[in-house]
Amino acid sequence: MYEFELERPKNLADALALLSDEDAQALGGGQTLIPTLKARLAMPDTLVSLTDIAALNGISTGADGALCIGATTTHADVAGSDLVFPALADLAGGIGDPAVRNRGTIGGSLANNDPAACYPAAVLATDATIVTSGRTIACDDFFDGLFATALDEEELITEIRFPVPERASYQKFAQPASRFALVGVFVADFGDRVRVAVTGAGEDGVFRWSQAEAALGQSFSPGAIAALDPPDTDLIGDIHASAQYRAHLIKVMTRRAVAAAL
Amino acid sequence: MAEITMTVNGRTVSSSVQGRTLLVDFLRDDLKLTGTHVGCDTSQCGACVVHVDGLAIKACTMFAIEADGASVTTIEGMAGPDNRLSELQQAFQDHHGLQCGFCTPGMIMSAAALLRDNPRPSEAEIRDYLEGNICRCTGYHNIIKAILAASGQDVSQIVAA
Repeated sequence: MYEFELERPKNLADALALLSDEDAQALGGGQTLIPTLKARLAMPDTLVSLTDIAALNGISTGADGALCIGATTTHADVAGSDLVFPALADLAGGIGDPAVRNRGTIGGSLANNDPAACYPAAVLATDATIVTSGRTIACDDFFDGLFATALDEEELITEIRFPVPERASYQKFAQPASRFALVGVFVADFGDRVRVAVTGAGEDGVFRWSQAEAALGQSFSPGAIAALDPPDTDLIGDIHASAQYRAHLIKVMTRRAVAAAL
Repeated sequence: MAEITMTVNGRTVSSSVQGRTLLVDFLRDDLKLTGTHVGCDTSQCGACVVHVDGLAIKACTMFAIEADGASVTTIEGMAGPDNRLSELQQAFQDHHGLQCGFCTPGMIMSAAALLRDNPRPSEAEIRDYLEGNICRCTGYHNIIKAILAASGQDVSQIVAA
């Protein structure tokens, strides 16, 4: 790793002040960023650790019934919380391995927006809101292509607010070596509407499958999507799976998610 | 450089470290606790698992400064004060749960974390929990067997590798 200073501010104001330096970078749980630093793919002068800021950590239920998760809450804490609806707890409990889940954070995952990460599918399928240090961002406006988001340079995620679906499920076909999603599908039924988000497959990262949403809105059953063509989205083809195989998996995992949610 | 203080295996240690110093390098190079191994250095193999404030973490993917003020337990802290092996360590020896031994510190630390949360795990639960610990000798069967035995379960029906 290149040399850098590591700061551990205790509050958000101090963190933002440190991050106003253009060569400073925020550090969440580090489960992606530290390997990136080792590979010398990033060269910050200063790393600003966010995990000492108590206000960014924790899980609660908002006045409107939404599930509010602080940005530095670990995957293990989400997986183990009674406040978290089962589909989201299961998703968090399936990320990486136990030691990674004890460090990795929801805010870090979303800010990184890896095209094969799990959390973006949950955020997009539940119509969640990203709360930042300066504003709130609707999930449909947040994800902006591979490893890109609507976040400004000096903007930090502080909290994610999830509307709680009546029923939901996330089904992941894991790439066997990395455990990232080769294809992951999150289906959420809110009674008056259904949202379906796909991760691992899109060339521009996570996306919604609108045809499946319409079909499942008519009939929330595994058979409702049987006649659909795969999503009209450019899909990733690589050594792990061709675009055609991923297209096939999207339908399979959507069907499984609906069946599991019932 | 930053001054850090933490408790490692019950002993308070203070040192001056760089921002980029990994916890595993601090343990091995500064404290000479070389039982914690570096296998892949990319947070995949789990040979470097230690406990930080009771949670199993990969010490190659956490900075030493982030453990400032924490209580850390390494493989050197698992035996009793008289150097008697813990029940879990003894079970690894009794059931041949190690071959070359390189992955063993991480396996023990992960297994200890599992047994604290789930004192009688099923074979499937053990295999699932050890997803982030790789044994390159592929001696998994006997590792599972050792953990089942350490949790007081009958291993006579488990097929030895």
